[in-house]
Amino acid sequence: MATKPAPVFALIDCNSFYASCERVFRPDLAKVPIVVLSNNDGCVIARSYDAKPHVKMGEPYFQIKDRLEQLGIVAFSSNYALYGDMSERVMSLIEAMLPAVEVYSIDESFADLSGILDATAMGRQLRSRILQCTGIPVGVGIAHTKTLAKLANHTAKRLQAHTGGVVNLCGDHERDWVLRNTAVSEVWGVGRRMTVHLEGMGIRTAMDLAKADPWSLRKKFSVVIEKTARELNGTSCLGLDEPDPPKQEICCSRMFGKRLTELAPIKEAVATYMMRASEKLRAQKSYCKKVRVSIRTGMFNPDEVKYAKGVVVTLPYPTDDVRLLTKAAVDALEHVFQPGFRYSKAEVMLLDLRQPGEFSDDLFAVNQPAEASRVMAVLDAINGRWGRGTLRAASVPGKPDWGMRRDMMSQSYTTRVDQLWQVSCK
Amino acid sequence: MSFTSLGPIAEDGVRLPLCSFKVPAGFPSPAADHIEKEISLDELLGIRAPHVYLVRIDGDSMQGVGIYSGDLAVVDRAIEPGHGHVVVALLNNDPICKRLCLRGKSVVLQSENPRYPDRYVLEGDELTVWGVITYTVRSHGH
Repeated sequence: MATKPAPVFALIDCNSFYASCERVFRPDLAKVPIVVLSNNDGCVIARSYDAKPHVKMGEPYFQIKDRLEQLGIVAFSSNYALYGDMSERVMSLIEAMLPAVEVYSIDESFADLSGILDATAMGRQLRSRILQCTGIPVGVGIAHTKTLAKLANHTAKRLQAHTGGVVNLCGDHERDWVLRNTAVSEVWGVGRRMTVHLEGMGIRTAMDLAKADPWSLRKKFSVVIEKTARELNGTSCLGLDEPDPPKQEICCSRMFGKRLTELAPIKEAVATYMMRASEKLRAQKSYCKKVRVSIRTGMFNPDEVKYAKGVVVTLPYPTDDVRLLTKAAVDALEHVFQPGFRYSKAEVMLLDLRQPGEFSDDLFAVNQPAEASRVMAVLDAINGRWGRGTLRAASVPGKPDWGMRRDMMSQSYTTRVDQLWQVSCK
Repeated sequence: MSFTSLGPIAEDGVRLPLCSFKVPAGFPSPAADHIEKEISLDELLGIRAPHVYLVRIDGDSMQGVGIYSGDLAVVDRAIEPGHGHVVVALLNNDPICKRLCLRGKSVVLQSENPRYPDRYVLEGDELTVWGVITYTVRSHGH
């Protein structure tokens, strides 16, 4: 009887993705260490390879600002327009070369390499094509399971010079070497607490976990860790995920650039977040029946009085009309706003989402007027053509003084025609 | 991630119908069977491809081939650069637009304007071709 050949998975992962994106259009920084900061320039969320020895993830920017300057490390505000566009380019290149791809995050995707004769050669081809077409270096890990592919990728990064960024663990010899030389805490899906539990049982390396009895792991912990152990052993338990169905809720929440105490600027913020949330709603062609609005003060400063409150309001009919949604959200805000607090954040959430056709047209129910849908189509067309926020509700300010702090942001090199990369002809 | 904020080159591009007419109530249009695909500048210039980028030209050294300051240039990174290509090159990490010429053993970055001398790539220079220019787009002010 012929047995079905084991599947082959690849994990393709961009190296220091955010920093690499910045370097594509700043070749002068090719050898300068880079860090990228979170929204509001709060803390470090990404580091180039050469910045890693000097800066920890999550370090608050204001604490390390001077040290960065001394070390010649360049800091950037996060430029998600740029990272998103570059990510889409990388993912399309992968999808053009391979039939089945699961985009796992902004900088990683799994792909099915089953049936490809020389998987390692394919890995190298992927790597060189992505580097040539985008300037982004990637690592490729190849193995019979997703968990092992992830481990292979980790090894490719760790031993970049020896591996050329591609590691294939389909052979037993290579797999066992990596399993023996990897701490269990480095395994995909094994968190800090699980590591403590496992080490208590004498499971210290990935090899120990692969050899542990999967059934007792399941009884003691969960089916997740059982699958991890089986996957390390070479039995594939996790397939490529199906593409995501439309989201069941849509959220837009941001920290203000400074603390707000008055109602008026918070109204502007809520209207602005609703503008964005309703764009997402219309992009996935859904309607929403409920809106939740919440606000809160800072939660970590011991000297500040804390307050957080949210409220859900129901709309007269399922809608994607930003005018109706904004009015509902602003009314809701007036319910939860209390004077006397220093607010740090607002959140707008669209709930009870429906696809057209999912709600039946009740004879007596009111529906969104056809004219409103036409107005929204024109709104999206104008903003699509001339840039987000060109046409907006009057309650949404052009340049809010409570906006996010992004003092060190690079240009939108690839997504704004007025900010393109300039090339010298001199 | 969306391309939607691209401004004048929006997601679907500007679609110019080859012919447009209303469907008559009586006699079916004899042209209906001959309608062709719409013309898309996005498609023509290839700017939706993951390896194609738009950049802005600054300076007049390539005027001889009709590349002027302020023009948009379409840059393709998938093309293997060769002799005679107009390229975006990184010369010691500065992005410049020149014609790439291979003269014997030397590599020359050639301008298309007599006021600019050829730039020989010397030992110690670092040259990387970032991409090959396939089209340029110029606004005529209206």
